[in-house]
Amino acid sequence: MQNLISSIASRLVIAVPYLWLLIFFLIPFVIVFKISLSEVAMAIPPYTPVFNLSAGWQAFADNFSQFSWDNYIWLLEDPLYYKAYISSVIIAAVSTVLTLIVGYPIAYGMARAPATIRPTLLMLVILPFWTSFLIRVYAWIGILKPEGLLNQFLMWAHVIDTPLNILNTNTAVFIGIVYSYLPFLVLPIYSALEKMDYSLVEAAEDLGCPPILAFWKITFRLSMPGVIAGCFLVFIPAVGEFVIPDLLGGSQTLMIGKTLWNEFFSNRDWPVSSAVAVILLLLLVVPIVLFQRAEARAQESEK
Amino acid sequence: MKSLGSFRRTFAPWNDPAAKPFIAIENVTKKFGDFAAVNDLSLNIYNREFFALLGASGCGKSTLLRMLAGFEEPTAGRILIDGQDMRGIPPYKRPVNMMFQSYALFPHMTVEGNIAFGLKQEGMPKGDIEARVAEMLKLVKLERFAKRKPHQLSGGQRQRVALARCVAKRPKVLLLDEPLGALDKKLREETQFELMDLQMKLGLTFVVVTHDQEEAMTMADRIAVMDKGKVMQVATPAEVYEAPNSKFVADFIGNVNMFEGTAAAVANGKIDIAVAPENLTIRTDAASKSCTVGQPVGFAIRPEKIRVSRKQPADPSINSAHGELYDIAYFGDMTVFHVKLESGRIIKAASLNAVRTVEDPLGYDDMVWVNFDADAGIVLTA
Repeated sequence: MQNLISSIASRLVIAVPYLWLLIFFLIPFVIVFKISLSEVAMAIPPYTPVFNLSAGWQAFADNFSQFSWDNYIWLLEDPLYYKAYISSVIIAAVSTVLTLIVGYPIAYGMARAPATIRPTLLMLVILPFWTSFLIRVYAWIGILKPEGLLNQFLMWAHVIDTPLNILNTNTAVFIGIVYSYLPFLVLPIYSALEKMDYSLVEAAEDLGCPPILAFWKITFRLSMPGVIAGCFLVFIPAVGEFVIPDLLGGSQTLMIGKTLWNEFFSNRDWPVSSAVAVILLLLLVVPIVLFQRAEARAQESEK
Repeated sequence: MKSLGSFRRTFAPWNDPAAKPFIAIENVTKKFGDFAAVNDLSLNIYNREFFALLGASGCGKSTLLRMLAGFEEPTAGRILIDGQDMRGIPPYKRPVNMMFQSYALFPHMTVEGNIAFGLKQEGMPKGDIEARVAEMLKLVKLERFAKRKPHQLSGGQRQRVALARCVAKRPKVLLLDEPLGALDKKLREETQFELMDLQMKLGLTFVVVTHDQEEAMTMADRIAVMDKGKVMQVATPAEVYEAPNSKFVADFIGNVNMFEGTAAAVANGKIDIAVAPENLTIRTDAASKSCTVGQPVGFAIRPEKIRVSRKQPADPSINSAHGELYDIAYFGDMTVFHVKLESGRIIKAASLNAVRTVEDPLGYDDMVWVNFDADAGIVLTA
């Protein structure tokens, strides 16, 4: 009896998050998928067919026959879309590498810092989350614009004569993504480095390994689970990023998040934008699966 | 001829004035801020010696070992290994290898990979590496575990991998930081002898850091007893035990009964010590010590050198004191009697249970005489 209750209780605990995902993720996705198979229409909502259960079973079945893959074919035919997908993946990948280059030394420095100041450093990394993401990205406009802080400083220091044109370029998008997603990369790497036994590095040096090689063969190698986790945590959301390219990017910055927004709000083409969203999700499933496999492997090796 | 300890030691280069030390530590000081972890310390360690640095935690023994390995630079003084000054030479260029207390096995590499790591750094050809790794695995009896990862091994196996890994490079000196610290008692005793065999077989110089005196006594040719960054005594285990040079060493190594008194009579190398609380005069035969009448001296005597009897010995040259049998600790191989003198002082006396049966055994609260010979203890002037 006791066992039965605890077994039911433990199932219930698992059931809650799954139920949550079902209601708030799977069902909306099915709706989006359904819209992506529909046709655009001048109506409210702006697509057909619209399911209406009161119209009876026959009308319901007719609606199914109206579904078509036209929107997906359209995505393939118009180069704008696949160019936007490719460009998003490239921008996200480059940003991830840049974030890693900036973030790894920060994580390493934090992990090697005296134990007494580590909580403070950790706090400083998390601190930006206390301010709205949108406001922080807006702040970068003030820094990067032609008469902004950065240009003023560089001209004051006589490094440049004419203002650099950074805002509304891909460079600004990279800066924005690196800045915004840095904590997501620093934290997993820090946690991997922090639990590493430093005597491993000393042992490597003792066995004839110069410090740089010891770093590469031991420290970096052992922080790989953190590096992989951090990179995916940057890459996955960066692919679908909308706010940063919209605020900091220029007209030539092509990202799928922005394309989707335009399709939805400017063109009011819900079916096509739904198709864009479905493809984006499928595109991200691959790295997410890879990420989860890497996580599983990392847990396996820790045992 | 009488000598200290229970066996004859044939390897003793430290007694040979012509012998050149293999490791020379000359007036080395290491400061962390204001704190001197190692304070003006000098030591000579000879080739093929099994040398132990023994001390309580924080005595500076690990810092000294880390300076030999090159992880710390001396603040002052210098270290020579095989005649070469080690100042400024980084760990990866030193002819020494260290076995870490935590073993520091690389978790992402197999046993083989761990042992081969140092050899790869040397740029040894692949075939030679394989041969050397196989040889090392055989040496530590881990042939069957070559493909395992460290986390798939037991504590004793990990210890042997760590040993194989640092021996594989054929260093001139092997530094071992608490090599047996993480093993359980039974395994530790077995491994002690394995280490000694290995050291003999390979002809290496071992410097081992330990806080376990039994371990140091068993394995080492010589022991340096350390305290507060200084060496208190460097000697063979028998000398350290039977002829400690100070109260600290006498007290640190093994069990001891310590008396404080003053020299009452000094003649022909014989010293009589007056111990105030018991109004006792201890007659000692300590030819090597010199002191003057009235000088405060200590007297240390090991429990196993003290006998317990019901009657006072008739021979007046035997020291004796009367007391009550207060506590008895039976260990199987030996029994330790705690005798409370009239002054309240507790004297520990150990007797070996060499036979299985005892006629008229002593019991709690019996009035007894503790007694010992004149040459059974040590007079300490420091």
